Order: sequence, then structure tokens, then C-alpha cells
Amino acid sequence: MSQIHVKTIINGDASEFLCAADETLLDVLRDRLDLTGSKEGCASGDCGACSVTMDGRLVCACLVLGAEADGTEITTIEGMATGENLHPLQQAFLDHAALQCGICTPGFLVAAKSLLERNPDPTEEETRYWLAGNLCRCTGYDKIVRAVLDAAKIMRETA
Amino acid sequence: MPKDEFTPRTFSVVGTRPLRPDGIDKVTGRARYGADISAPGMLTGMVLRSPHAHARICSIDTSVAAAMPGVKAVITRADFPVHPENNGTADVLDNCMADKKALYDGHAVAAVAASSRRAALDALATIKVVYEVLPHVLDVDEAMKLDAPILHKGRKQEGVPADVSDNVLTRTEYGHGDPEIGFQMADLVIERQFKTAATHQGYIEPHSCLATLGSDGQGDLWVCTQGHYMARNTCAEILGLDSGCLRVTPSEIGGGFGGKTTVFLEPTALLLSQKSGRPVKMTMTREEVFRASGPTASTSIDIKIGMTKDGTITAAKGDYRYQNGAYEAMNGTLGAMTGFAPYDLDHVNTVGWDVVTNRPKAAAYRAPGAPMAAFAVESVIDELAYKLGLDPIEVRLKNAAREGTKSAYGPTYPAIGLEATLKAAKSHPHWSAPLGENQGRGVACGFWFNFGGDTCVSLMVNPDGTVSLSEGNPDIGGSRAAMSMMAAEELGIPMERVRTIIADTAALGQNEVTDGSRVTFAVGLATIKAARHAIQIMVERAAMTWGIDPEAVEWVDGAAQPAGPNAGKHPPMSLAEIAAIASNTGGPISGHFEVNAEGAGVSFGTHIADTEVDPETGAVKIIRYTVFQDAGKAVHPSFVEGQLQGGAVQGIGWALNEEYIYGKDGTLQNAGFLDYRIPVASDLPMIDTAILEIPNPGHPYGVRGVGETGIVPPLAAVANSVSRAAGVRMTSLPMSPPKVLAALKKM
Amino acid sequence: MVTVRLWGSLAELVDGKREIEITATNLRELLEGLGEAYPALKPQISRGVSVAIDGRIYNDTWATPINETSEVVLLNRLVGG
Repeated sequence: MSQIHVKTIINGDASEFLCAADETLLDVLRDRLDLTGSKEGCASGDCGACSVTMDGRLVCACLVLGAEADGTEITTIEGMATGENLHPLQQAFLDHAALQCGICTPGFLVAAKSLLERNPDPTEEETRYWLAGNLCRCTGYDKIVRAVLDAAKIMRETA
Repeated sequence: MPKDEFTPRTFSVVGTRPLRPDGIDKVTGRARYGADISAPGMLTGMVLRSPHAHARICSIDTSVAAAMPGVKAVITRADFPVHPENNGTADVLDNCMADKKALYDGHAVAAVAASSRRAALDALATIKVVYEVLPHVLDVDEAMKLDAPILHKGRKQEGVPADVSDNVLTRTEYGHGDPEIGFQMADLVIERQFKTAATHQGYIEPHSCLATLGSDGQGDLWVCTQGHYMARNTCAEILGLDSGCLRVTPSEIGGGFGGKTTVFLEPTALLLSQKSGRPVKMTMTREEVFRASGPTASTSIDIKIGMTKDGTITAAKGDYRYQNGAYEAMNGTLGAMTGFAPYDLDHVNTVGWDVVTNRPKAAAYRAPGAPMAAFAVESVIDELAYKLGLDPIEVRLKNAAREGTKSAYGPTYPAIGLEATLKAAKSHPHWSAPLGENQGRGVACGFWFNFGGDTCVSLMVNPDGTVSLSEGNPDIGGSRAAMSMMAAEELGIPMERVRTIIADTAALGQNEVTDGSRVTFAVGLATIKAARHAIQIMVERAAMTWGIDPEAVEWVDGAAQPAGPNAGKHPPMSLAEIAAIASNTGGPISGHFEVNAEGAGVSFGTHIADTEVDPETGAVKIIRYTVFQDAGKAVHPSFVEGQLQGGAVQGIGWALNEEYIYGKDGTLQNAGFLDYRIPVASDLPMIDTAILEIPNPGHPYGVRGVGETGIVPPLAAVANSVSRAAGVRMTSLPMSPPKVLAALKKM
Repeated sequence: MVTVRLWGSLAELVDGKREIEITATNLRELLEGLGEAYPALKPQISRGVSVAIDGRIYNDTWATPINETSEVVLLNRLVGG
């Protein structure tokens, strides 16, 4: 089976790769591009651990084909911090102890960033519903929700 | 161990909330979990699994697969070189790769290693397995019947009566007094049967490993596991290797909760690597995790309790029947030991049954066996309190176990914190807050043991005065932070100057698995002792420098100083100053401590749950939830809160949603996160926590394990809450909307 | 002599005795003594037991001291998650 040539921008950098027709964007990110920050928890779009944005839209990379990334702009967890400066959400997750094992953390951060881009002042309920596609089994979500609400506040104050 | 007795003290690092040292790696995606590593020339390993719940394997033909392009190795059970003598290890091997029978839907029967996942999948599709399908059994009460399909012959242990089937492997009885006498003293006796469904730990990271094994028996294994020493020892035994030749390095672990305390893929990956001469990476799909890792037991439990009008429990009886999947496990025994443990009872008798069925073998799941037992016991206590018009917390306080109580499982308790959690719950605003329509409030207590076990810590003092600490337990909830904190506390230096790593199996001696809420307790104890060892050496170096006797030197605030005026006038020498001249005073300085940390304590918690029941749909919403638990001493309070919140929410999922659903053919019908629904953020409120600190007399800082107890009360707390909200007693978990609706309609 | 309390189903193996007496000053002597005096207990002891001594649980350490006044209770070998 011949492979498909894909041109895309990932975390701001031009990126080209070959992939098979049935290869998911998550497979490409992890296995071809060494961007292993996006995690595979289910491969069925149920856990959100592979959350990335595609042209600004929050998607599960396991539900997108690698070939579909052609001509799009992808942002992953690896693109969230600026150099050594963490994004306020990343810092808030650390400050609030919002991670235990940390496997879901990249997905939550990408999803939360997407939330705050649309709604800089979400309520607790809005936050919980936006993040309902991201599974965490360690924290019970309490500290995650607090971290997102706190980061939103900090981002509003410094905007 | 009197020398470890707790002595009251003030802390400067322990009890604070520093940022976790592994945090930046985890928020930037750099942290490397099981599937995040690759090796040059690596192959992909995949497993062929039984589609039948119970089948004799007549033949396996792998010849087509072996000849396919890209396929480098194909194995079946016949390729495993040894048959382990130990029953437990033989079961582990049999669970990793079926022998003569497939015992559950998803049981591994063959495996391939190929140059790509596609090639491996194509190869699996060509393997021809001829099965003779056998009758299967999934339910514990059915499996105990004499005419049930039998999984294993001749595994019944002594003490199991003849009138139950060979699927019953163990029967365990605990208790004291005579319940029949006690029931006669009661004003009200309630007896009920309870059922709980099998649930899964639901860790988000599937099992994954990368194995390399040479023909000389030297190998390396990278694996997500709760215990890399366990993985090494078990793989070595199964494959006939010298354990010293197999180096196992733990990855970051994406959740375990007991489910990663055994091996599933690892021996297969090592064998595939040896056969192919290439590194082999194996990662389970989520479907494989559900079908073929280790969920928890489903149960059928009878509880009978007698109570007087003033709320005194006069007698208690429990019959705990646990379905453990295809191989021996002791969840029912643990249920029988823990169910009545929170109470001071004159007459108590409990029987635990451990039964095999055609389901994946139950692995440990956070306080294994205890949450279901607590659900049953605490439900009956709640019903008795309700019917006698008594306050459910007062009833529990009246009967609460305390120091000097003879526990239901035998021993007499030392200082324990159950009463403190109940009193804290009683005085908390949550307990007296008003409830709305269709809302109810439930309370429940829970008990779990703490574990110790083999533990090694090495602590190196570096030339620049920083400290490197090696421990041998995968960090599942912030233990690197906790160890750095305890070492810093003991050494008198800032926590940031201590970096803790999880060492591989070649770097330290044997370490027990990260389980039993043991790490902060046992590894913490070893860390404190290793630090004290290093301090002893540093004191000797300072004494040598000053030309005085080491006895005349003491360690205060991170520095050696003369112990008194008679020791001479010397300015204190800091840790950094002593480290800087270590080469001049005898060489590098390090402390270490190796111990089997015995004598661990026990742990109690009390939970309050408010729920609202929708009378139209039967859906239950958690409105408010508060956890009260004794932590002994919370080393990092945020992480302790996290353990309590996480345990509570796993318990809420168990109570309301989660269950293994099987078809008539014995195959699992909901092997994915869409149909096996764990709680999501929008299902829940904030989970409030109250940490109590009743010091553990067996730890220098008073630390108790906190990881597991948090999952014990919530099944019951939620059930009691729903029962009160709905006005009907709920006795079967999960309390899914159809079940609640049916109960409402029956009223 | 040390008084050892057995759990119910172990007691059934030794003529229903819930408590048995053994000469032992430490854990090793206790476990060996039990197996010798009551061979019916040997299968369970070799599968593994935990021993609660004055309310604290021990598994392995042979030298763990036991006094004549110690409360000694045999338990199933515990596992955790």
C-alpha cells in the first residue's frame, strides 16, 4: 500500500510526513514524529488523552487520520509552553497539585486551553462539561477544575 | 519495633505543599510512560486472544503466520521453557498464555512479533486455533453449585466443604463470640443480601512494555508497573532466567490502583524478543485492558446484624462470596476480614469464599475486597439506624472500634482514628446542611490495612552539597516529592536540594510492589533511616576535621556542631561544607537503609454523600461529598487530599455506573470507555476532604498509608444516600438509572 | 508459652481449638513450632500467613520478638492494591 505525503504545521513548525491511509494522527504524532506527549488511552475518542487542536478546533488525535492533517495547523501539548516559560494552565496544574500519575494531564491541558480561548471566564459547571471528554482516574477532577478556574482568573488579570 | 516509635516533633518541610519535582515533565508532555519509548530495530508484539469464555484448545497452527513477510517470531504456550513450581507463578504464566484451556474471553493463546502493527495484526488473523467450546460460568453463586462447569480440578484448599463445587478454592472464617446469643439480645435484626458488579481500576494508561532478551539470558525490560522487582522476579521465574541478568526499569506509570501489581505482557514480550533477536514493544489496546487485565471481584454477600433500641450492635454475621475470575485470589477472605473491622463487637462471625469463574483473574484494586464488604455491612447498619430512629453517626460512634477493641478479624487495636473521623463528620457543616426534594444523605465508615515489606533506599551526598536519593518503588501518586521532603526534613536542607529518582532493579536490593498504601510509610521510613545514616557519617567527618570525638558532635538544622561547651569551640559545618571536603576526609558520603518494614498500622475513614434521585429517570446525581480520613501525618497535604478525592470518585463510579457486562455466550460486551462509563468531570461536585492526624506509633513521623482506605466507604455512603433519597433500600451495585427506576416503581 | 489465636477455618483443622499454645520467643520459632505441633496447619503456613503481634502485623522477620504476654493472632497473608 503506497503511503500518503502530508504537509502540515505542527506547533508552529512546518512538518512533512508519509503515512498509511489507515494511520491516525495520533499514530503519526507518536510513532513518526516522536511527539509522545499525546497519549493513547482508548483509541476510540472516549478518554481525551490524545487531545490536540487542528486549525484551532479541539479534536481527539485518535479519531483523525494522519492524512486529514494535510494543510492544517496542529497544536499538541509540546507546543504549549514557550521555551522555559510554562503556560498559565501548566503552572496552575502544578500549583494546585492537579495531577497524580499525569497520563491524562497533556489532554486536559490542551482541552482546557481550548476552553479558555473560547470562554475566558467559565463557570465551574461550564468547565466540568467542557472537560467531560477527558478522563482522569486519579484526582476525582476536583483539583483539575480548581486549577483551570484559577488559570482563567490569572489569564484574565494579565490579559 | 520500639526504636521506630513516633516521637512528637515540629516539622519544617513535612506538612508543606511544595511543587512536585516530576511536575514540569508531566505538564509539558516530556514524561515518558510505558508506550513512550522506542529502541532501534524494534518490533511490535501483539496477542491473539480467545473469543470463548471457556474452551479446550485442541490445536494451534501458526505456520502461515510464521512465514509471512515482516513476521519475526510467533509463540504459543509450547514455546515457554519452564513450568513454574510455585502455584502462584504457574497461574501467572497460565494467565499470560493459556495452556490446555482458555478460561475467559480474551485469554491469550498466541503472540507474534512483526516489523509493524499492521504486519502483526495480519499475522494474528492467520493463526488457526481449534477450540472445543465448554460450558462456562460467570456468577459466583452459580459457580459454587456442585453442577457448575469446573475451571480447575484439585485446587480446593483444606477447609472448603464438600457440598460446594471445585470452583471454590478457599473458605475462610473469622470472628469471636456467638452471634446466635447476640441476636437474641437485639430489639431489631436485619438480614439482607447484596450484590456488586465487577469493576475495573480504569487506569488511563494501558499496559505497555519494551523488552530485549538475548540468547545468553541477559535482558532489559522497560515497563509500566507498580513493581519492577516483581516484574523481574516473575519474568525470571517464568522464563527460567537468572533474575540478576534481567534489568527492569520502570516507566512513569499512568495509574495502577492495584491493577499493575502483576504481569500480563512482559514474559511474552521477553520471549518474543529472544526468539526474534530484536527489541519487542507490546502495548494493550483499551479493549485488551478490559478483557484481559485484572478487574476486581463481583460479589454476593449476606449480612445479618442485630441492634438494641439504643443503637448497640449485639451481633453480626457476614457471608462473603467473591467471584475472582479464572485463578485464585483472596478478595473474599479480605472482605470477611474487613467488613466489620470498624466496630467493637462481642459476637461476630464472618465467612469469606474465594471462587473462580470464566472471567479475567481479579487483580488487586485499591483495598481489594473491602469496598464491597463495607457496602453490605454499612447498608445494614444504616437501615437499622433508620428503622430505630437513630442518628447514623451516633450509632457508629456508639459501636466504634477504638484502642483496646478486639477487632472482628482478631487482633486488638492500638491507637486508631475511627472515632476521630466520625466526630469530625458529626461536627462538620455538611452533616447538618439542609437537603432538598428527592435528596438524601448517607454516611459510611471504611477500614483498610497498611502494608510494609521489603524496602531499600540509597542517599548520596554530592560534592556540591546536593543530595541524590534512589528508591525502588514506582511513583504513582507523588512519592518522589514525599521522599525528597522527608530526606530534606531529616537532613535539615531545602527540599529542592534533594532529587529522588526511581532506580532500576540493578541499582537497589529487592523492593516490594507499590501497593498496600505502603510507599509513604515504608519507603519514607527507609528514607529517614538512610538520611540518619548519612548524618552519622557526616558527624564523624566533622568530628575528624575538628579533632574531637564523634560523640561530642550533633546534627542541628543541616549542620554538624559541637554538642556542648566541653566539645570545644568550632563553628557549625553545614552539609555542603562537609560534602565539599569529603574527598579529604575519607571519600564520598552516602547513607542507605534496607529493611523489611514490618508492623504497619491500620487506617479508617468516614464519608458523607448527598445525592439527588430523579424520580422520572432513576438517574442519581452526587450533590455534595466529604471525606474524613486519618493520615497519621500528612507529608504533602495536597497529595493526601488527592488520594482521598480519587478514591472517593472511583467508589462513586463503582456505586453508580461501572460494571462488567457479559453476554449469554460469556463474552464481555462493554470493553471500552464508552460503555464502561467511569465518572467524568460533569458528573461530580468538588470532593471536600478533612485530613485528621492521629500519629501512627510505628513510624518516626507518625505517617500512615492513605492510598486505599478512600475507596472503602463510598459504595456504602452513596447507597445509603440514594436509599434515603429514593425511600427504598438499594442492595445491588451499580445503582444505574434502570435499577433505581425499577426500585422506585416497586414501592 | 505463647497463646496463638487462630482464625475460624484454621481452628477447624485443629479440633476446633481457637487458641493453641506454643513455646516461642520470636516469629521463626512460632511458625516452625506451629507446623510441627499441628501438621494440619502446615499447608496454610507454607502458603503464607501474617501474624498480628500486639496489634501490629508481621509477615517475615524471624527475629520479631514475642513475649509470653503478647497477643498473637494468625491472619491470612495480606495483599494490597
